Amino acid sequence: MNASMAKADTTAGGYNFAYLDEQSKRMIRRAILKAVAIPGYQVPFAGREMPLPYGWGTGGIQVTASVIGRDDILKVIDQGADDTTNAVSIRKFFAKTAGVRTTTRTTEASLIQTRHRIPETPLKAGQIIVFQVPIPEPLRWLEPRETMTRRMHALADYGPMYLKLYEDIARFGRITTAYDFPTVVNGRYLMSPSPIPRLDNPKLNRSPALQLFGAGREKRIYAIPPHTSVKSLDFEDHPFETEGWSHLCARCGAADSFLDELVIDDRGTRRYVCSDTDYCDSRVAAGSGR
Amino acid sequence: MYVAVKGGEQAIDAAHDLVAKDRRGNAATPELSVAQVEQQLGLAVDRVMAEGALYDRRLAALAIKQAAGDIVEAIFLLRAYRTTLPRFGASEPLETAKMAVARRISAIFKDIPGGQYLGPTFDYSHRLLDFALEEGDRSPSEADAQVEAASGPDHLLPVSHILEREGLIEPEAVADQPVGDITRTPPTYPADRDVRLQALARGDEGFLLSLAYSTQRGYGRNHPFAGEIRSGHVAVEIVPPELGFAITIGEVELTECQMVNQFKGSADKPPQFTRGYGLAFGRSERKAMAMSLVDRALRAAEFDEEISAPAQDEEFVLSHADNVEASGFVQHLKLPHYVDFQAELDVLRRLRDEVDLQEAAE
Amino acid sequence: MTVDLEQPVLEVRGLAKSFGDRRVLSDIALSLWPGEVLAIVGESGSGKTTLLRAIDGQLAPDDGEILFHSRNQGVVDLATLSESQRRRVIGNDLGYVHQNPRDGLRLDLSAGANIGEPLLQAGMRHYGRIRQVAADWLGKVEIDAARIDEPPIRFSGGMQQRLQIARNLVTEPRLVLMDEPTGGLDVSVQARLLDLLRRLVADLDLAVVIVTHDLGVARLLADRLMVMQAGRIIETGLTDQVLDDPHQPYTQLLVSSVLQL
Repeated sequence: MNASMAKADTTAGGYNFAYLDEQSKRMIRRAILKAVAIPGYQVPFAGREMPLPYGWGTGGIQVTASVIGRDDILKVIDQGADDTTNAVSIRKFFAKTAGVRTTTRTTEASLIQTRHRIPETPLKAGQIIVFQVPIPEPLRWLEPRETMTRRMHALADYGPMYLKLYEDIARFGRITTAYDFPTVVNGRYLMSPSPIPRLDNPKLNRSPALQLFGAGREKRIYAIPPHTSVKSLDFEDHPFETEGWSHLCARCGAADSFLDELVIDDRGTRRYVCSDTDYCDSRVAAGSGR
Repeated sequence: MYVAVKGGEQAIDAAHDLVAKDRRGNAATPELSVAQVEQQLGLAVDRVMAEGALYDRRLAALAIKQAAGDIVEAIFLLRAYRTTLPRFGASEPLETAKMAVARRISAIFKDIPGGQYLGPTFDYSHRLLDFALEEGDRSPSEADAQVEAASGPDHLLPVSHILEREGLIEPEAVADQPVGDITRTPPTYPADRDVRLQALARGDEGFLLSLAYSTQRGYGRNHPFAGEIRSGHVAVEIVPPELGFAITIGEVELTECQMVNQFKGSADKPPQFTRGYGLAFGRSERKAMAMSLVDRALRAAEFDEEISAPAQDEEFVLSHADNVEASGFVQHLKLPHYVDFQAELDVLRRLRDEVDLQEAAE
Repeated sequence: MTVDLEQPVLEVRGLAKSFGDRRVLSDIALSLWPGEVLAIVGESGSGKTTLLRAIDGQLAPDDGEILFHSRNQGVVDLATLSESQRRRVIGNDLGYVHQNPRDGLRLDLSAGANIGEPLLQAGMRHYGRIRQVAADWLGKVEIDAARIDEPPIRFSGGMQQRLQIARNLVTEPRLVLMDEPTGGLDVSVQARLLDLLRRLVADLDLAVVIVTHDLGVARLLADRLMVMQAGRIIETGLTDQVLDDPHQPYTQLLVSSVLQL
């Protein structure tokens, strides 16, 4: 799937550019600015119903719709791939309502909307990445009440979050959180990075790109401005670590990217392939394939 | 060489074609028109308007047809459409006391000024499937013309006024601050009653019905009596800034339920009956009644009642009442989650390896 | 812990509280010095638990001052502190032991995590050290350290109470409030717990306010005694003096009474 040059001035069906009316975009941008000014803090916003259901990325879509411009080049991925059904659906949505150029190449995109992964290719200054977030509250497992979690954030009362890590180490000898690993942003707010695998967490730290997070159903927006510190929770004697893979990508030979496990036949034969399809494609094109 | 699966786009297009085909059904059967849905499935239209939070019978009917009868899906369609509509103002508060009543009943007095109007209701019908309907509804007759002519008068005195005059029921709440708007500001907790009522008005009827039922069975009992239920058309007025006075721009059909609940007193107030309030578009009586019971349950803190039941738990009720949100999040589990699952598989395998090593060493 | 024995830890002045038109506390005054144990006794409904909860900040008094001499921030009035100020100024310097240990524990987390939580809140971030301190404290409260990873839901009532005490004392607070800590436990378990409390209070030089209806508990643990009735303090003094030579008729009634309050 290559970049399409469909750059239209009019939009489909008489909708405003990128679907949302200008008032809504203004409201969301105000929330985004607040979020950027307070890194990691969840800013409430009056989310709208979108043509896609809650849970399908309405938060990410509203953030993207509010920041996208005619000259943007948009990439949309889900589970790291451009071709998963929901990524296709969202990309079509913006192609139709904003008429912007779309691409699968991370290096070409000015705006990336993603679900559950950060691209393997390091992001550059000037790029914006928008994360789709199901549950923005990292303390939700500990405390279902928003009245309580709000207070914990206000008082930086994050001790209880470490309890889960303590219990993991006591029971399993290691911290077992595999994805949505909690982080502290700019040394202050505890933040859920969205359900990205823990291997992706280090990419959040001091990224030159602007990182925006949208939770449509829960109606929260948060942000990490460029070059901000993002530290995953750990103990002094059990530092945060990402374990390597024991496999290489069967297609491009990469040793450092997140791999999808594919079951090939009824006997249970496995194949491991990069989850980031663009990364895999570029490596193959550059001649490192097997 | 293994090639990654492509073709998601074609698959989606094909899925949409199948939906359209299923929706049409057997081509030999006459196609359902939007007008037929609007006229003959009026109660479904009412529900979609109420929970879609948009008063437009034709659009609601279209949504029902498009959703092939899936009411929650139709509600979503209407809500999504609502997002695209510009807002040019707010109406004056609706005067339900001036409703052109088609139905008005009260369970607390045998007779009331203005009388009891049954109106159109299933209440006293025997639930026997009427196979005659398969042949077609009987055509309009003289008897129907008579029924139509004898609708209720305007300006029926609300039953609660009778109790209010004697100071037996708490006075209606007066809005001393601007009314909140959940479509402009996301709800935070603790929430005020105006915000709660808005969330309940568009809340899922099934969810509220079950919660209301639970209060009657002891999960936060508040001794309800149906003070008044009225259905009919109410004028909608706005005050255009250019004119400076109110003009009527149309009317909406509403159902309103006033529950009279457990009396309460306090240190500075003598005991009085308390209220629960429900309001829904159309003739959604079950919804209005359920809403009024849950409204009263959520007022527990105002009356120093112990909050012990789910229906009294504000954050629980309001966070889970919207079926558009609920449906989205429950069904989103169908989306690919294989990356997170992979991450979990990985952790599990490492733990299992460690256990195996330990066992081998022992 | 070096303490300034010149200054009281806690001074309450003119404390009053009503619920609606029911007066529950009137004109309460007391002082507590480091290393002192003060017992507040009275029947149920005397206001003793309400007073304790007011000192802990669980409810706001209508009148009066609750002066706490903090570690590094001087004297603060607990009655007027905001939540964030409380956290900053008091931190983990004020403990509260609930009558029912289940109210003061996280039942779904391990014993070690329960003791570790105040340490985490105080900023400790070394797993090994947290675990070591927790294990030490389990020893101090006579719980088998091998049970460090078990959730307290599996412990007996007496063990749960000892765990709650460890959780409160691990940060060596300046002041500990205890609401009937031996209530609900059977007699032999009570005796063991009282012994433990006596030792800990002496070893750590704690300042304690203990609410109890049991004069035996007061005699065993407290240096001073305060008798409350209908929201007022009617008699106060050294424990032995008050119990051996009560002045007020009501106190005489309590002391001579064989019945439990």
